[in-house]
Amino acid sequence: MSAYTFYPGCAMESNAKAYYTSLMAVAKPLGINLEEIEDWNCCGATEYVGMNLIPAYSLIARNLALAAKMGNKTVLSPCSACYLNLAKADHYMTERPALGEKVNEALAAGGLHYQPGSLDIRHLLDVLINDIGLDNLKAKVVRPLKGLRVAPYMGCMVPRPDYNNRWSDAEHPVELVEVLQAIGAEVVDFPGAATCCGGHMTQIGPETAFELIRRLISSAERSQADIMVTVCPMCQVNVDAYQGETNRHFGTNYQMPIVFFTQLVGLALGFPPDKLGFGTEITSTEKALARIGVDIPKPTEDTPHKQAGLPMPSCLRKNAKGKVQHAEKEAA
Amino acid sequence: MPTMTDEQVRAHLTHEEDLSLLHEVSMKTAGVSRLEMCIQCGSCGGSCPSGMDMDHTPRMVFAMLRAGMRDEVLQSNTPWVCVSCYHCVVRCPQNVHITDVMYTLKAMAIREKKYRDVAAPEFAETFVEMVEKYGRSYEFGLATRHYLKHAPLRMVGMAAMGLGMLRKGRMSMKPRTIKGMDQLTAILNKAKEMELT
Ligand code: SF4
Ligand code: SF4
Repeated sequence: MSAYTFYPGCAMESNAKAYYTSLMAVAKPLGINLEEIEDWNCCGATEYVGMNLIPAYSLIARNLALAAKMGNKTVLSPCSACYLNLAKADHYMTERPALGEKVNEALAAGGLHYQPGSLDIRHLLDVLINDIGLDNLKAKVVRPLKGLRVAPYMGCMVPRPDYNNRWSDAEHPVELVEVLQAIGAEVVDFPGAATCCGGHMTQIGPETAFELIRRLISSAERSQADIMVTVCPMCQVNVDAYQGETNRHFGTNYQMPIVFFTQLVGLALGFPPDKLGFGTEITSTEKALARIGVDIPKPTEDTPHKQAGLPMPSCLRKNAKGKVQHAEKEAA
Repeated sequence: MPTMTDEQVRAHLTHEEDLSLLHEVSMKTAGVSRLEMCIQCGSCGGSCPSGMDMDHTPRMVFAMLRAGMRDEVLQSNTPWVCVSCYHCVVRCPQNVHITDVMYTLKAMAIREKKYRDVAAPEFAETFVEMVEKYGRSYEFGLATRHYLKHAPLRMVGMAAMGLGMLRKGRMSMKPRTIKGMDQLTAILNKAKEMELT
């Protein structure tokens, strides 16, 4: 058993419930022992840093200070954005001592302190590969996902900016590919593997986000993937839940499911799909999983139709010739 | 062909080099931004997935900072359209912390109320307000408040998806609150008195 101080992050208890459920299921057989940080708070996502620097870093650092009290140097985060925020605060508080001092002055008002550089902040995928090991994972597979064509979607905030040189490549990382191959899936060549899902732009500038989501899904489709696999709650929500609106925006009819890598690992380890959070996705995984003979739990309600939706006003500049402009710029 | 003596040319130089804006932004950025090391190569703009929607590429923004164009930069939509993908950061030959500079520009635009579109800054403010109140993010409150105010029509179109998220237990109508709210508030209040300059 390897023990880790666990920072789940807000998404794990809401929109990424499937990630939490499947992680909890596979942790034990894989020998990952998670101790949740007592009374952790939100990491501020990408919002707080864009408003007020010292409060934003103090918000993150409260978690670091609480984590340091847990007596285990290694902090594990399954969420890409949380992972980056925690790692970034630790890194910049070290690189710029003035930041570290100010943040600690704020923490002191709450009776806390954090020594920059004293923790190792790591993402779940890194732990799975480098601590648990691919051989170990392979040995535990009882249902290889043979015949399932998977697009490995790493996204941005895990391989980049990579302050501690943990990842194989900033733009063509192989970690997720290796995990998926270890569980017997057929990994397709996926050029979108480390590109952006649009982040918070689905909410504040949807046209920007829809274009990024479209590129991702069409890339996965061209590679004839049955399903996309992610390591990040934000990527999952954008591709899954906003796929309907993206279709509506472009007049397309994509039906590309996306799940967390822990859900597929769980299937390979023999867990039934309902113990892994399957069925909570908005874009159905039924067809994809049927390819490997897995029935997902029937949803108790109608899945919304892809075509449903009303005209979509832009929150940013109105752009009457939006699509033409996109096509030109993409070609240029 | 009119000619000019060097004295006349010099008299036409209206812009004395003033790097104070560049330095201000650099100092306000977390870590060591290396903003002043930019060599205007354009790798950032060429790598940017949302460049097509930006008023100015990151490279242009950095040139404008050097030229002291405060209002133009703080009014630009560029930092608001940045999706924090870090493609530019890993490709920049000068190791400029481009994404973090974008965060600094947003914070400055908010402080000086220079931004032109209110949706993005208000989204950030609402998000932060919820976190300051509960210690955790509160998607349901954030989404309903944001869409009601900024995109009510879109909200109708998204109702089916939102309902799906609620039914599948992926969104809760009730916020979660941390136990140490008093502690967090004390920390944040103290933090708000300080700036990195
Ligand atoms: S990539 Fe770096 S050096 Fe090149 S223009 Fe952008 S910030 Fe400047
Ligand atoms: S981090 Fe921002 S500026 Fe840099 S490439 Fe990504 S979207 Fe563009």
